[in-house]
Amino acid sequence: MKFSLPLFPEQASTVAGQVDALFYFLTAVSAVFSLLIAGLIIYFAVKYRRRSPDEVGVPIAGSHGLEALWIVIPFAISMVMFVWGAGVYFTIYRVPDNAMEIQVVGKQWMWKFQHLEGQREINELHVPVGRAVKLVMASQDVIHSFFVPAFRVKADVIPGTYRTIWFEATKPGTYHLFCAEYCGTQHSGMIGRVIVMEPAQYQAWLSGGAGSGVEGSPVAAGQRLFEDLACHTCHRLDQQGIGPVLAGLFGKQVQLQNGQVVTADENYIRESILNPMAKIVASFQPVMPSYQGRVSEEQLLQLITYIRSLTTQQPQTTKVTPPQGGPGAPGLPGEPQGGTTNSPPPPARQPSVGEMEAPS
Amino acid sequence: MSAVAPILPTVPPPREHYLNANYGIRSWLLTTDHKRIALLYLVSVTLFFFLGGAFAVMIRLELLTPQGDLVQAETYNKLFSMHGIIMVFFFLVPVIPTVLGNFLVPLMIGARDLAFPRLNLASWYIFNLGGVCLLWSVLHGGVDTGWTFYTPYSSIYSNTYVIAAALGIFIAGFSSILTGLNFIVTIHFMRAPGLTWFRLPLFIWSNYANSLIMVLGTPVIAVTLLLVALERLFHIGVFDPDYGGDPVLFQHLFWFYSHPAVYIMVLPAMGVTSELIATFSRKLIFGYTFVAFASVAIAVLGFLVWGHHMFVTSQSMYSSMIFSFLSYAVAIPSAIKVFNWTATLYKGSVSYQTPMLYALGFIGLFTIGGMTGLFLAALGVDIHVTDTYFVIAHFHYIMVGGTVMAYLGGIHYWWPKMSGRMYPEGWAKLGALIIFVGFNLTFFPQFILGYLGMPRRYYAYPEEFQVLNVMSSAGASILGVGYILPMIYLIWSMRYGPVAEANPWPSTGLEWRTPSPPPTHNFAETPVVTWDAYEFVPPEKTRTAGQSPPHGQPA
Repeated sequence: MKFSLPLFPEQASTVAGQVDALFYFLTAVSAVFSLLIAGLIIYFAVKYRRRSPDEVGVPIAGSHGLEALWIVIPFAISMVMFVWGAGVYFTIYRVPDNAMEIQVVGKQWMWKFQHLEGQREINELHVPVGRAVKLVMASQDVIHSFFVPAFRVKADVIPGTYRTIWFEATKPGTYHLFCAEYCGTQHSGMIGRVIVMEPAQYQAWLSGGAGSGVEGSPVAAGQRLFEDLACHTCHRLDQQGIGPVLAGLFGKQVQLQNGQVVTADENYIRESILNPMAKIVASFQPVMPSYQGRVSEEQLLQLITYIRSLTTQQPQTTKVTPPQGGPGAPGLPGEPQGGTTNSPPPPARQPSVGEMEAPS
Repeated sequence: MSAVAPILPTVPPPREHYLNANYGIRSWLLTTDHKRIALLYLVSVTLFFFLGGAFAVMIRLELLTPQGDLVQAETYNKLFSMHGIIMVFFFLVPVIPTVLGNFLVPLMIGARDLAFPRLNLASWYIFNLGGVCLLWSVLHGGVDTGWTFYTPYSSIYSNTYVIAAALGIFIAGFSSILTGLNFIVTIHFMRAPGLTWFRLPLFIWSNYANSLIMVLGTPVIAVTLLLVALERLFHIGVFDPDYGGDPVLFQHLFWFYSHPAVYIMVLPAMGVTSELIATFSRKLIFGYTFVAFASVAIAVLGFLVWGHHMFVTSQSMYSSMIFSFLSYAVAIPSAIKVFNWTATLYKGSVSYQTPMLYALGFIGLFTIGGMTGLFLAALGVDIHVTDTYFVIAHFHYIMVGGTVMAYLGGIHYWWPKMSGRMYPEGWAKLGALIIFVGFNLTFFPQFILGYLGMPRRYYAYPEEFQVLNVMSSAGASILGVGYILPMIYLIWSMRYGPVAEANPWPSTGLEWRTPSPPPTHNFAETPVVTWDAYEFVPPEKTRTAGQSPPHGQPA
């Protein structure tokens, strides 16, 4: 066994320092109080040790002043911890607007990553240094938890809903990725690496390999699925379909039959595909069949990414927006892309990783 | 040595007491005597403790090396699941109420028995029935969901004996409810004349608060596990998202019981500690009413903090904030207790017999456990440390460093009363020391492991974590010796230990004003209480801090 005894984890994200600062504060307070208690106990136990067998202690009933003191001071200190902790929590969990998106699917027992530019990877995640990266995460089966200790970031991925977190790496390198929520037999094998690269290297990595290019992008894959599943027969782009027009939908408010208004976000579209009866759009009939069990989590993400890319500008032909590859944020929620490149759906399917087989 | 011929002691006819009142297996299995039922529970929970401990040994052996090499991954998952289920539901939750509580609650309040003696016996049978269900599942291959049974893994994906294990916990829960009910009624209605609420020993206060939690909280875990079983059997779609259920709902329900359950484990331990600190510093507990009401405050606030287990789930950030705030609030009553115990030592007459060593050990370890709880309540830090070994270390400091230390202290303290014999002091001190050292070596490195990022429930782990894991396993082997030692010498002392006096320490509680071991009906005549708890000196000499000491101290 190699003798290595690390005592403190590496700091490799913008929030790591903030978490550690609070951790140091907590450690210092704990050390002071623990040493105070231990010191007093030892001091009293020695100073007031029993000196004769029939000795008794001086009966002291208590002191309201002291009680008040050791209620108020710990409470005040704990409120500092509370406010500080809540501040760091909001920093870690509130996603900045300009973050680049990567889609993540956790399943027993692997992490699958889909870059909007087309690259797919399993148990390895390449990200650029100095860019806020947003992960939109789904679980195919049980609860998983995405955990990168060096980033001090962790979030449970719960089946049935999307979870979004973000981080910004500050140091190129390779870091542990763990699943932190027990997920079955190979839970401890659901690990991987986050590889932080310089932006230029990251660009080179994005455009290299088989998965690169527009055809491999989730938008293209989503478009193929949209046609394979015959979604386009009802959700036409010309207002004539049985179902609502999807172009320009993403991020908008939707009026439902029951009077409610909901925002068309990832979770809304996901639910409408899997459980169409849950939210019926006003002035439409509840006729859509459920796609529960027919599409995997990855395919759902592809469909959503495709729907998000549809714009209202040119409703007559299907437009696929090739991701801009660079630091632009393709497919931000609420920002339908105004892409113009005409790229007809590729005739040949890409060699697929994982569950690309669409039901036909 | 001495040339004088040994004088044979004249043997008086043995006094009749609860142990020799009658013999035979029937007299034990059909007893309604709370003291005998306490001993029945002692046997049951001790068996479960060593079974759960055996699983822990296997876990620590597997974690000696980074690779998974000793057992299969499935087996490892079952080991930590069974360890957790047995230790939480079949040892830590019942141990102090059912062993020490059963034995002491009637004695301490001057009653002849609990309010419902037959219900008390029934709860022991129910507990064992639950245990048999659990053991059935262990023998058939066990369960691999972790003690937390998170859905949808437990309700859909696990292929192990989840229903049998859940049924075991479900059944054992009724024994908790009945014990709690019995204590509440007993404490309300059966106190000796003159024994007002504020004259009660703090052990009674903490068991009272604890019984409230058991009665109010346990039904929730019962219903929750029932829903898991129904979901496994019939796919009713409560937790399974494929049928429209919500997996996080399970966590809300589970922790609504299981967080208060932490207080079920630690409140009685705090009660024991108060008794020990008072007796071995021969002094009234500092701030008695604050310590008493702190127990009640913990019981109430403990029901409002369950969401702090879910800071990294999809829970809204604002509810996380509320739960974080309330978690800090619930820490205050615990802090009050620690400060008051410490202040009790001031100007006491402190002796270092074994129970006191355990009590002081409890305060130290509970303080560390409690302070690290503040790390976990801090939202931003919790994201990093939750579901890592930091949490494992934290709750073992509370549950093992706290509850087990207090339980062992209590067992030593009341052993003369229970068995009529003294334990061997030298061996007992050695045992306490070994446990303290072994415990810290086992669990302190896990704080560091956790902050480094080692997730819990990992069968194999990256190499850089090995040194700390080896330290932890080495500590566990020391801890194991420390736990076996008392078992040996306590059994030995039942036959060979010096005969105990009625009040060997001496102490002030009613349980010490009846012979050791007590007669079946506890007291020859109902005591009339005219004194306060822990009144080692006459009350006119008691003062509050800040006043000048009365002359002629110590009284």
